[in-house]
This record gives sequence, C-alpha cells and structure tokens, in this order.
Amino acid sequence: MHCPKCHAPMHTYNRNGVQIEQCSGCRGIFLDYGELETLTRLEAQWAQPAPPAAPGAPAWGAPHGGHHGGHHGGHHGGHHRPHSFGRMLFSS
Amino acid sequence: MGFSGASPRQVVLGRTVIHCPRTLTAMPADLHAHARAAAHPAAAPCPGCATGTLADRPDATVVRHHRTVAKAHAPGTDPGALRRRLAVAAALPEILLPPLDPAPAVLDGRQVTCWPLGLPVDPQDPDAAPWEDAATLTARLHRTPPPPGLPAMRGPEKAALAVARLTTEAPHHRAVPVLLRAWASLPPWARAEEPAPPELGTALCHGDLHLGQLVRHPAPYGPWRLIDVDDLGVGVPAWDLARPASWYACGLLPAGEWRRFLRAYRTARGPALPAEGDPWPVLDVPARALTVQTASRFVTKAALAGRPLDEGEEALVDACDRMTAPRTGVL
Repeated sequence: MHCPKCHAPMHTYNRNGVQIEQCSGCRGIFLDYGELETLTRLEAQWAQPAPPAAPGAPAWGAPHGGHHGGHHGGHHGGHHRPHSFGRMLFSS
Repeated sequence: MGFSGASPRQVVLGRTVIHCPRTLTAMPADLHAHARAAAHPAAAPCPGCATGTLADRPDATVVRHHRTVAKAHAPGTDPGALRRRLAVAAALPEILLPPLDPAPAVLDGRQVTCWPLGLPVDPQDPDAAPWEDAATLTARLHRTPPPPGLPAMRGPEKAALAVARLTTEAPHHRAVPVLLRAWASLPPWARAEEPAPPELGTALCHGDLHLGQLVRHPAPYGPWRLIDVDDLGVGVPAWDLARPASWYACGLLPAGEWRRFLRAYRTARGPALPAEGDPWPVLDVPARALTVQTASRFVTKAALAGRPLDEGEEALVDACDRMTAPRTGVL
C-alpha cells in the first residue's frame, strides 16, 4: 500500500489491536473505518484508571454500592451497620 | 437440675428427618464450682477471683473463674466425637486454643470442658476484627491433614437444624416460604442429606467460623487462636469461608474487609479456593446455605421476640428470595 499523499510505501503497525498504517516518507498515519473511535476509547480508559476491581459477587447478592457505597474508609463514627449485623458477626 | 422439656419433635425437610429436642436447658449446677476447681487445682483458697457467665444458650453454657473457662456442651453431645475433636485442638495449639484437659468431665449429664481464658474480638468494635488472622488460621487448619477417625464437620447439619427450628418455632412468619424455597434450591449435600461429592474436596474444617470464634491467648496480647471445636471435622473447606462470603454477598460486609479476608486466605495457601480467579464457583453453594441458616436463626429469634426484622435481617431474606428468582435478561 502506498501513501495517498506522497505515494511512499506505508508500513503497518498493530497497537492495542488497532491496525495503523504509517507512511515511511511523510510519516502520515492512515486509519481504517472505526479505528479513530477505538483509539479514542482506549485513550479514555488509560487516562481514567479503573476503580479497584470490586470482588465478584453471586447473582443472588445484594446490589453492591447501595448499602455502603458512600462509606469508603468511613469506619470511625457514622459507619452504618444494621443492629443485627453486629450480632451476626459473632453468632452461629 | 438437668434439662427437661417435651418429647423430641421431628421435622421433615426434604428427605431429612431432623429431631428438634425442645430442651429447656439449665446450666449444670456445679459448672461454676467446676471452673473454680480447675482454676485452683491445689484446692487453694480462692482469693476472690473474677467470675461470671460468658454465655448461656440452649446449645452451650460457658462460665469463667479467674483465667479458666468451663463450657457445658449441648445436651446430647456425643462424648467420643467430642473427645476426638478436643484431641485436634490439643495437637494444634498454634491454630486452635488447646483445652486444659483433653478429657471432658460430665456434670448433670452434660459434657464439660475447661479452657484457658482468651480475649475475644470486641463486639462493640467489629471494625477492629482481625480478618487476616481469621483467614490465615483457617487456611492453616485446612492445610492440616485430619487425623483418622475424626467425625464430619457439622456445618450442613447446623444449617438444617436452623431451618428445622424455623419451621417449628416460627411457622407462620412471612419469610418462611422464601427461606424454605431457597433451602430447597440447595444441593442435598449442603442440606446434610447426602455426603458431599468427592470432587468438592475435603479438609480439616472448623465448621462454625465467625468472629466470636477468635480469642487472643494468652489474654490480652497473645496471638489469635480459633476456639469452639464442637462442629470441627472433615468436610468441604469452602464452608468455613462461606459466612464472610454470605455477609459480603448480602451487602452487609464492605468489599474491603471481604477482600482482606480472601487475600490473606490465599496468601496462606488455603486449599479451598483456586490460587487466583473468581472464588464464587466454589463459594456459591456454602454461602447460600449459610445465608439461609443465618436468616432462619434471626427470623426465628425475631418471631419469638415478637419484633419486626431489622435492615440486616431483611437483607438476608431478600438475598434468599433472589436465590430462586427466575433469571431473565442480562444485568
């Protein structure tokens, strides 16, 4: 394949699963349909690191984040636990 | 004074017949004296030691005299099985609190054992719970080969008992159909109806792990040890992880605590879980069983006290309801 602008040969690179053609003459980059969107998405993921993966939960589990979503680190004072949970922790 | 009461009642759950002795157990009259004798073996005069009743439940009475604790086990406890379980505790003092005497005494027909006093987790401060120690001790217990002749771990039996009590003592509570449906959805081994399939693996298990089963010994600064060998035995080791798993799944235990517990168990190379990856394929059945067990116990208590369920208890019942909900669509 040759560069549509300067007609120099283009080299193919693979970056994160995206095929990129770069011209060996003018260094111009050619993207196939949808690849710009893919790169933009990858960049957004990189810039915004994923929160620490919540450990998995079973299908019957409670919707997590609802019960104690706003209490990260807030263990001292104000941390809400149902009264029974204190007893559950310590009983058969 | 012994234990009195009506004749045992039978409850049929699935294919299991469970005997529910409606015992009005009383503390053996000599339990305090027994603890005192164990604390002062040379019959020295008691200098006015600290004493008290630490627990008085239908299944166990625990009293303290100075630094000695005496426990009267549940009526009907098999003496031979208890002796084998005590021998495990005596042989593993770096995991389990060792008994003062590996042979139980008998008082008023109840098996009685004596233990050194340990410092429990402060129930007023569950955030200080030693999750890593609990997980590490459990992993070490699971990695210990069980001695020949040790009875089965009683976890599934205890779950079945809790459900049986629910149906006899709170039969009309609105949560009963929900809990019985969830119970019926469990495989027979988790309902104590059949032995566990061999592919689930077996290990030396505690059988009733929760935060009340940890003490520092010697009190108050010694290392943490596991206590209460009544349900200890050979079984599916995931059962011991299933209570925190259930609390987490029901939205009661924050993800951070659950993650600490899991990580410590894996770091100590506990055999119940794959070294990495999703633990839920292994935890699912035992966590469901323990959710039904805990819900049954607390619904029974609430019904007997004539009080409504609180938020935590409702969370358990809701989780049981979701266990049998038809799954449609994708999340």
